[in-house]
Amino acid sequence: MSTVQDRVRAPAASHRKAGPPSRVRRGRSRLSSIALPTLSIAIVIGVWWLSTIVFHIRTFFLPAPPDVVKSFLELPDYLLQQAWVTLSESLMGFGIAAVGGMIIAVALSASSIVQRATLPLLVAVNSIPKLALAPLLLLWLGFGQFPRVVMVVLISFFPIVVAGMAGLTSTPSDLNELARSLSANKWQHFIKFRFPWAIPQIFVGLKVAVSLAVVGAVVAEFQGAGQGLGFVIVMSGSSADTPLAFAAISLLAVMSISLFYLVVAVERRLLPWATETTG
Amino acid sequence: MIQVSNVSQVFEGKRGASVEALRNINFRVREGEFAAVIGRSGCGKSTLLRLMAGLMPATDGQVTIAGTTVTKPLPEVGMMFQRPALLPWRTVLDNVLLPVELFGWSRAKHRQHAHELLEMVGLLDFTKKLPHELSGGMQQRVALCRALIARPKVLLMDEPFSALDALTRAELAVELQRIHMELSATIVFVTHSVQEAVLLADRVAVLTARPGKIREIVHVDIPRPRSFGLNAHIDEVATTSAQLHDLLLANETSDELALESLDFDDQPTEPKWRRHSFAPPPSLDYPATAGARVEKRLR
Repeated sequence: MSTVQDRVRAPAASHRKAGPPSRVRRGRSRLSSIALPTLSIAIVIGVWWLSTIVFHIRTFFLPAPPDVVKSFLELPDYLLQQAWVTLSESLMGFGIAAVGGMIIAVALSASSIVQRATLPLLVAVNSIPKLALAPLLLLWLGFGQFPRVVMVVLISFFPIVVAGMAGLTSTPSDLNELARSLSANKWQHFIKFRFPWAIPQIFVGLKVAVSLAVVGAVVAEFQGAGQGLGFVIVMSGSSADTPLAFAAISLLAVMSISLFYLVVAVERRLLPWATETTG
Repeated sequence: MIQVSNVSQVFEGKRGASVEALRNINFRVREGEFAAVIGRSGCGKSTLLRLMAGLMPATDGQVTIAGTTVTKPLPEVGMMFQRPALLPWRTVLDNVLLPVELFGWSRAKHRQHAHELLEMVGLLDFTKKLPHELSGGMQQRVALCRALIARPKVLLMDEPFSALDALTRAELAVELQRIHMELSATIVFVTHSVQEAVLLADRVAVLTARPGKIREIVHVDIPRPRSFGLNAHIDEVATTSAQLHDLLLANETSDELALESLDFDDQPTEPKWRRHSFAPPPSLDYPATAGARVEKRLR
């Protein structure tokens, strides 16, 4: 009798989950997730443009949006080339930070002795202003991309370590109990329970780190790099070419936004269960 | 099948304060038997089950299952918890097959069995769903399939239906009874619900609270299949339920007080808790087992 009840109830339940109402709601939320940010960006640009006109702000002080666009169109190849330099440094550093940060997080969460010995050290390293390290990195590692990638790693690994540790130590007790009742060994417990459980939190760290990675690359490029968008900003400052600086900054903004939403997209793709259960 | 001998458990708290959870528990569960352990919350019934599951060592005494002394979780013992404890990133089928993977067995060989189990609980259409797409009752059904996939000789269940709504609870209890009759597995079922115990169990061990001791072991001689609704054995169900209620409620007060209350049952000064119990007055005929025990306790 109960199986009959199940059969009757089952389709009703699935209908409730995947039926038209939720699809409409999801479509509406997807629309608003694109339309709303676009709107807010448009408003900010509008206010910026309007204030340059209303207050007669001179171009070298605060260029209007068309000046920035014009400046970009004068040197599109050069700017995109420099953007690529910055992007590649950011991605390389971010990749190293992601892998290294996860390894550190695993090591720290595996043993309380390791954690007690090294966590204060990590916090100390993280608290050093990275800008202060830039000249030293140049001195130790020479010119070229390498010191800049190191800077990106230094600035972006910490959030990944913290998020990874938080995720790996937050496995719910009922899942740990289940693992023990099934005689799972340490490796199985890690690979089948703790790590998958930690992934959503690791992504929180990755989202913070990917924005910091771009910051790291630009900070490193300030120090006589000779290339990259950071270098373009410094150079345009010294020649009072403010529209060029704004063009470079705009490219950085686009880069950061794209990278951030790339991580979000990967998360959605890999973790349908996490986005459904945590909203 | 299961032998619990002189088991005691004391938890060492902080600053030397220790809590005695269980004292000198002895009982035996026969092969194919459905045993329930009933008690008020905090009486150590879950602790008892965890000791039987080998999830923690007993302070004193020992548990043997099928001749093996339990020191760690045994593969021939399936376990079901209060919460489904499904892995949210795995589909229903993969959750059921989890023990197979952890034991290093071949998934392919057990896939057919997993499908049979899921069909048995009416979830065959849901094998590819993720847990969050299922209702609480369905999730607990998946947990039941996972507990059964390794063909355990013994199934230990720790208040498996306590987090569900009343209707789903009743439905799942009826289903569990059917599954028990089908698979003839040995089951130990911890609960605080008298109704569930009477529906499901062949014998019910009633625990006292702090420290948990066995107050009574009550036989439930009602023919199967039993049901919650109207049936031919409504009197037996009522008397057994009443007996269990009394045994449980007596835990609230000291033993002497409980006996006193029973003595003065027909007096107008009856205590409040007695007024709501369904027990017929002692002069009526009890079924042999139940009556004998109550009388023994009254003397």
